[in-house]
Amino acid sequence: MDAIALLTIFVLSIFVGIEVVAKVSAVLHTPLMSGANAIHGVVLVGAILVTGKADGGLELGLGLTAIVLATINMVGGFVVTDRMLEMFKPKKNQEVSK
Amino acid sequence: MPTWVRLAELAAAVLFILALKGLSSPKSARRGNLLGALGATVATVVAFYYGQKFFGGPIKNVQPILAAIAVGSLIGFIAARRVQMTQMPQMVALFNGVGGGAAAVVSVIEFLTAANSETTAMLTATVFTVVVGSVSFSGSILTFMKLQELMTSRPVVIVAGRYITSLAGIATIAVAISLVVNPSNAVLFGLLFLSLIMGILLVLPVGGADVPIVISLLNAFTGLSVAASGYVLGNVLLIVAGTLVGASGTLLTRLMAQAMGRPLTNTMFGAFTAKAITNSGTGEDRPVKSASPDDVSIMLAYARKVIIVPGYGLAVAQAQNTIRELVEILSAKGIQVDYAIHPVAGRMPGHMNVLLAEANVPYQQLKEMDEINPEFAETDVVLVVGANDVVNPAARNDPSAPIYGMPILNVDQAQQIVFLKRSMRPGFAGIENEVLFDPKTSLLFGDAKETLTKVVSALKAL
Repeated sequence: MDAIALLTIFVLSIFVGIEVVAKVSAVLHTPLMSGANAIHGVVLVGAILVTGKADGGLELGLGLTAIVLATINMVGGFVVTDRMLEMFKPKKNQEVSK
Repeated sequence: MPTWVRLAELAAAVLFILALKGLSSPKSARRGNLLGALGATVATVVAFYYGQKFFGGPIKNVQPILAAIAVGSLIGFIAARRVQMTQMPQMVALFNGVGGGAAAVVSVIEFLTAANSETTAMLTATVFTVVVGSVSFSGSILTFMKLQELMTSRPVVIVAGRYITSLAGIATIAVAISLVVNPSNAVLFGLLFLSLIMGILLVLPVGGADVPIVISLLNAFTGLSVAASGYVLGNVLLIVAGTLVGASGTLLTRLMAQAMGRPLTNTMFGAFTAKAITNSGTGEDRPVKSASPDDVSIMLAYARKVIIVPGYGLAVAQAQNTIRELVEILSAKGIQVDYAIHPVAGRMPGHMNVLLAEANVPYQQLKEMDEINPEFAETDVVLVVGANDVVNPAARNDPSAPIYGMPILNVDQAQQIVFLKRSMRPGFAGIENEVLFDPKTSLLFGDAKETLTKVVSALKAL
């Protein structure tokens, strides 16, 4: 894909990223940070792609390191966020005040 | 890349947007997080099916890759299940750090294998990821160490720190530019080293209550470096996901800084200009009024309106359940009880809500600062449990205080104030609190859980 198309996607994503969290309540700052943190664990895809091309030696070692690190980020991030949000679950469908 | 793979990646990108959207509202937050996890799973699975054209043959090293994923999943899962809720901020910092590290390593590999065939724009993105990913990595690790109290959590100010940091920053940029102009592996590793130092220099002078804001900022950094690595690999999904996190993380950082009542630049560079605080230790010499658990139980029993101000110390003492029991007894006596939650109570914005939710404290009793501040003047007893900086009037009155300008809970307006404290030690920000010496204030010394239990049994006996 050409550079301008990628740039377009980049710029539009900035607006989407700002828009979706614009009205977040302070109560959720911690889980939101943690959840967003898990999402950038998707760098795992990049790590898999470079390791899938690696011809052994240094590249392979570095690639596998990146995979381990990215997976910790992704899996740990989602699990820990879920643990936090589990507690937020209202007991009897209570109305959550802002 | 087969069409179905590209469509699956589109689906994953949409899931990430829905995840962030969901996380922004309490009702849909948990589902949002699960959608994000689903998106990540889809993205990971289809990465194996990019096909011949991308990998130049069948994908190599499948077994080691799967093994590495298994190892990472296991570590991440166990760490996330075991961590205590009080330690959440440092866990998030650590997860963020390894993500930044992964992005940097991916770009290092790209550089080593394809530097000569890359366009200038791609090289720039590669170098950007190496720098920002490494800064995020070392900065997050240092943040983790500060919060885990493996080192001091106070701002560390080195002599001429501001100049050293500026010089290191200029050097990093200069080396990065030279690397784009003239790719060389040796210079790359030099840049990696410089960037790691840079991350440490940036976080060292940040201390106390500002640390969580830095975690959020580094989170945004990692997002951006992931987006840049997506550009290098020509991968749309990484660009979308990384940019989403970068943009939302930047906004979230600003929102957090606003809750602290200070611009972001103060957070990052405040310690460079702050005067040294020398009045530590003077606290012991001034008279304070201390009270026994029995005194406090009588005070509470005859109140009409009570406000509880919980802080990080409450969670450290594991006293959330005891405080809930106390509130239940008081409510049964017909006393109106509310919790006043400061936006940065705990060690991250919203942290206290998580800690109290863990102890089954109902939502309706938690009131946010703006809502409850006008009520202090008509409150008989305020019970401050393990909080300090968020009730310190120095934030209103003393322009030289590092927390000056931060909105606080106006406990000093209440009729009577009871502080549960372990000692006279100042709070996270290290500043003396005048309220402690107020004639209206009583101090109840001891472990919060023990003393609260005594108050509860005294109340039951009344």
